[in-house]
Amino acid sequence: MAKTRTVEANGTPDGTYRPEVLSRANGPFKQKVRAALKSGQLTTCLLFLPPALLLFTVFVIIPILESGWYSFFSWNGYGVPQNWAGFDNYRQVLSDPIFTNSLLNNLYVILVSALIQLPVAMWIALLISDRTRNSLVFRAIFFLPYILADVVAGLIWKFLYDGDYGLVAMIYGWFGQQAPFVLATPGWAMAAILLVVVWKYFGFHMALFIAGRQGIPSDVIESAKIDGASQWQVTRHIVLPMMRPVIVLALFFSILGSLQFFDMIIPLTKGGPLNTTHSVVSYLYTFGILRMQVGFGSAVGVVLFIICVLVMVFYKRLFMREPAGERA
Amino acid sequence: MKPRLFTYYRWLFLFLAAGLCLLPLWATFVGGFKSTGDLRTNALGLPREWIFDNYVSILFGSRFWQMLGNSAFIALFTVTLTLIVSSMSAFTLAHLRFAGKRWIGSYLTLGLTFPFATAVLPIFFEVRNLGLLDSLWGVILPQVAFNLSFAIVLLRGFFQEIPKELFEAALIDGCSYAKMFIQIVIPLSRPIIATVGVLSLVGSWNNFLLPLVMIDNDALYPWPLGIMQYQGQYGTDWGRVLAFVSLTILPALGFYLLAQKQIIAGLTSGAVKG
Repeated sequence: MAKTRTVEANGTPDGTYRPEVLSRANGPFKQKVRAALKSGQLTTCLLFLPPALLLFTVFVIIPILESGWYSFFSWNGYGVPQNWAGFDNYRQVLSDPIFTNSLLNNLYVILVSALIQLPVAMWIALLISDRTRNSLVFRAIFFLPYILADVVAGLIWKFLYDGDYGLVAMIYGWFGQQAPFVLATPGWAMAAILLVVVWKYFGFHMALFIAGRQGIPSDVIESAKIDGASQWQVTRHIVLPMMRPVIVLALFFSILGSLQFFDMIIPLTKGGPLNTTHSVVSYLYTFGILRMQVGFGSAVGVVLFIICVLVMVFYKRLFMREPAGERA
Repeated sequence: MKPRLFTYYRWLFLFLAAGLCLLPLWATFVGGFKSTGDLRTNALGLPREWIFDNYVSILFGSRFWQMLGNSAFIALFTVTLTLIVSSMSAFTLAHLRFAGKRWIGSYLTLGLTFPFATAVLPIFFEVRNLGLLDSLWGVILPQVAFNLSFAIVLLRGFFQEIPKELFEAALIDGCSYAKMFIQIVIPLSRPIIATVGVLSLVGSWNNFLLPLVMIDNDALYPWPLGIMQYQGQYGTDWGRVLAFVSLTILPALGFYLLAQKQIIAGLTSGAVKG
């Protein structure tokens, strides 16, 4: 998959650049420039490229290839992998109900983001996208949860959800009831996590949307208003369609975030109760890394990798046809 | 009449949303000043009796500062190395002509396709084989490597927009490429360098999974690991834990106030990331 991407990006073979350079260089002065170009360029390349290539190869490319290799072994991490397991690890991963449930949880994160978080973020963004001082204050407040680390957001809400101490306990206390431990109740625990996700990330999407809204030239909107369009009509027929690229980007960020979702789960539930709140990454961590089942964990990594590549290809195919993708 | 009604609801809605946003943070901050009994009955209000011991004992203990120090060390070197390594290669990719340039460019951006969690086990072995397990460098180097792709894409895009005439003039004056890079490209690219720096700083400061896998010795814990350990140790002594949480928020808050513009710019520049 990686290969097709590279080839596609390549287009022309590298040799074709040379004649262009040569043809431009005529006359002794330009030849001198060319010589300087040539000699200086080579040494610069040899000095400037290797650090990046080395680091990238050692810590990104080789590991991802090794993941593929390890995933065919049953290995506990000591010595070298020897017990060839074929596709056993994959079979085990894909037939594990906990893994399927983890995938489903990742999907929930995406759904909640698309159906609740993004509309709320958009609504708020449109309310406060002007440059008045009040809007700036609100913007800063809504963005605040986003600057916390996921671990911190998780810990704060672990307290709020605590059946003895937090917010939930207080609300039940008003009615003289002992509060349930939300995070220890299967079914509710995942819903509770999703609420934290919305709380933490809607400000991020709001900021994206505000940037997108401010990118719309005001004369377009003004002229529509002069023509008698209502606020709602302007929003529905001008603002939202013009913000389509930003909305797609926000959705894309939600999907990427969901695929990496981990940090918040550990403080909140560690994947429990009864393994109902794992994401794919926390599943990988719990069953691959903590138990040093390297082959199994690598198989999970490869599955995640394939999902990521598919998302990427899908995203590019669907939304990057416009010139927006010219550079990358 | 109509617009007034609209503004009325608009403010009501905004205040409600802002309240929901701030409530957990408020509860955390004041919670650090409360006794356990107070927390049990009064999660949101002001403390009935202000207890300063939680905050004081953390601020005067060594653990908190050690954690922040470790995180700062990791972040400092992650950002510096990311910027140096990626800007050098982005410069060659943007302005020099050499065989295989496109291949190398595409190769270095392959990292955009997947998060490091996919390869975290092999990275662990890679780091172990290099003898960097249980050292801060075992976190720094993989972080830098996984920053390279997005950093190179952003920097290369920016470098390419620098007018060619500048370079031609410099070459005619006998300027070397290295000098050109340091004296022309870098000073002209401050905004994008700030963006890349901020993105990698925030990523490094908040990183949890990588140090969790690489670091075992708790004297080397960066703060996200330290805070989890602290919570594990004090369990339901929530007053202490909340004080600790509040204090770890402060650096992020200060940084946000300082670099708000770059942070927002960094977010929106994600458009190039795809």
